[in-house]
Amino acid sequence: MTVAIDRATGKRLGDRGPWPGPVQRLRRSYQKYWYAYAMIAPVVLVLGVLVLYPLAYGFYLTLTDANSLNTARTIGVNEIEATYKFIGFDNYADILWGETAYDRFWSHFIWTIVWTAACVALHYTIGLGLALLLNQKLRGRTFYRLILVLPWAVPTFVTVFGWRFMLADGGILNSGLEALHLPTPQWLEDTFWQRFAAIMVNTWCGVPFMMVSLLGGLQSIDSTLYEAAEMDGANAWQRFRYVTLPGLRSVSSTVVLLGVIWTFNQFAVIFLLFGNTAPDAQILVTWAYYLGFGQQPRDFAQSAAYGILLLAILIVFTSFYRRWLNRNEQQLAI
Amino acid sequence: MSTTTVQKSATADQAPAPAAPGRTRRRGERSLLGTLTSHGILTVASLIALFPIAWLVFLSLGPDKDDYLHPERIWSKMTFDNYSFVLQETNFFDWLKSSLVVSLGTTVIGVLIAATTGYAVSRMRFPGYKKFMWVLLVTQMFPVAVLMVPMYQILSELQLIDTYLGLILVYCSTAVPYCAWLMKGYFDTIPFEIDEAGRVDGLSPFGTFLRLILPLARPGLAVAAFYSFITAFGEVAFATTFLLDDEKYTFAVGLQSFVSEHDAQRNLMAATAVLIAIPVSAFFYLVQKNLVTGLTAGGTKG
Repeated sequence: MTVAIDRATGKRLGDRGPWPGPVQRLRRSYQKYWYAYAMIAPVVLVLGVLVLYPLAYGFYLTLTDANSLNTARTIGVNEIEATYKFIGFDNYADILWGETAYDRFWSHFIWTIVWTAACVALHYTIGLGLALLLNQKLRGRTFYRLILVLPWAVPTFVTVFGWRFMLADGGILNSGLEALHLPTPQWLEDTFWQRFAAIMVNTWCGVPFMMVSLLGGLQSIDSTLYEAAEMDGANAWQRFRYVTLPGLRSVSSTVVLLGVIWTFNQFAVIFLLFGNTAPDAQILVTWAYYLGFGQQPRDFAQSAAYGILLLAILIVFTSFYRRWLNRNEQQLAI
Repeated sequence: MSTTTVQKSATADQAPAPAAPGRTRRRGERSLLGTLTSHGILTVASLIALFPIAWLVFLSLGPDKDDYLHPERIWSKMTFDNYSFVLQETNFFDWLKSSLVVSLGTTVIGVLIAATTGYAVSRMRFPGYKKFMWVLLVTQMFPVAVLMVPMYQILSELQLIDTYLGLILVYCSTAVPYCAWLMKGYFDTIPFEIDEAGRVDGLSPFGTFLRLILPLARPGLAVAAFYSFITAFGEVAFATTFLLDDEKYTFAVGLQSFVSEHDAQRNLMAATAVLIAIPVSAFFYLVQKNLVTGLTAGGTKG
């Protein structure tokens, strides 16, 4: 029916001659595609129930003043009805330009952007550097590779606690710095150093993924290209600039997008590193969580509104990123 | 392993020596300095990668909860007491059970539901294809904050808060689209000719999928399964919020419970952390090579 043949002959919707009437079209489309629709049906169903419905419901909540005191809840045997009311777009207005909007939203927004940019840049450059080193003929490189992947292999919620022990007051890091007569910052108390520590820990966690993916990309570059470049007298830098980087382009665009999404949504590192103690080091995701679940009364409506805003930011970013890639005639590998 | 490193520098010592002055190096040959620098950087990087984990292991051997402040004292009183305490006196095995139930549940449901979809989007073009792919992509980047509030409300209405099923459902909302993506990537690498051969021999599309493609796609399924498992196992936000009973905690929540406002049993926490990390990372190393191919080289040309 549709399967591979469809692709093999390169038939597309447009090649089908005159456009039949709507009823006929529906029937034909049903006959032609019902296999495909039957196959995607389970996922469509799951997404509808588990994603679309909660999303719609969440969006509705953002238009209300719901919090843990006025939503439906059960205390013992008593069931209390929901009493929150519809307030339109007030939540969004309040978040974006209400009083103290800067402290509540924009400061976190700026920090989130800085955090994402810094982390992804560090992940990528360090990952690329290590991948280049590992791509050489070098004795023991399998061994290095195994060790370097370790931060990825151990679950984040475990390693973050390891870091917490190291960063704590009187922990090994400050003892070491003191022994070297360097300043010993308050990693977990001072805002600037909290942010610094968060970026450091997240970089440590995220480099292995980049390294391994880019190493895969490097190994798939045709080695004759390097030979040709050398014959033409290209030096090491030129080979890197004109052979390696273009060869990595499709892997890079994919891992950078994944990195941006993951870092922007990174919850575990900041939540586990600071808990509720660092209001200024919270990125938007953890801040939204704090509003909805980390305080009393829980402000469900605002938290959900943050969620919708975050999703909007990510969708806008991804669309532009894709468009930008398309303009440069690249395809995303995901 | 350190011996190989030493040997390397020894051989590298001799290699460039015969090169007469003015002779250019052969392809792939590097100067001694280059080799040493590479080894130097890689060693430093390896130490940085290793240290926080090694430190955790080291601290887990100290018997007192403030030993992390005086690590030098641990040498003299090293013991496995923390481990036996964790295994015998805490809810470790309850947590293990919860973690396994939730992660395996998510994995099984995710892979089962997503398999046919991965195949469909890999092989067929149907009206709405692009929109569907877009939805799959977008659901993967949902921040936790988007679904948490409505999910909490819905699950409390259904009385699924503090149940494994509730948590599995929540995890499926990300695992299912992700598995579909990963598997599409793998199915794309299986030649279309196989499908065509099956179709010519009279199999229906479902038959082609079940009898020909699915057996070939086992590594792809394994990667998707493994990825959902790891994600569900390490998830923090939902588990922290939706699980209330400390016997139902997953590891990600249980580990936090060692440090409360009043007390911090860091030695026990370190021991638990090590106990969790060992099997998970061993498992990870077994499959990591496939994982990376699945994650990146995957989809090609959406």
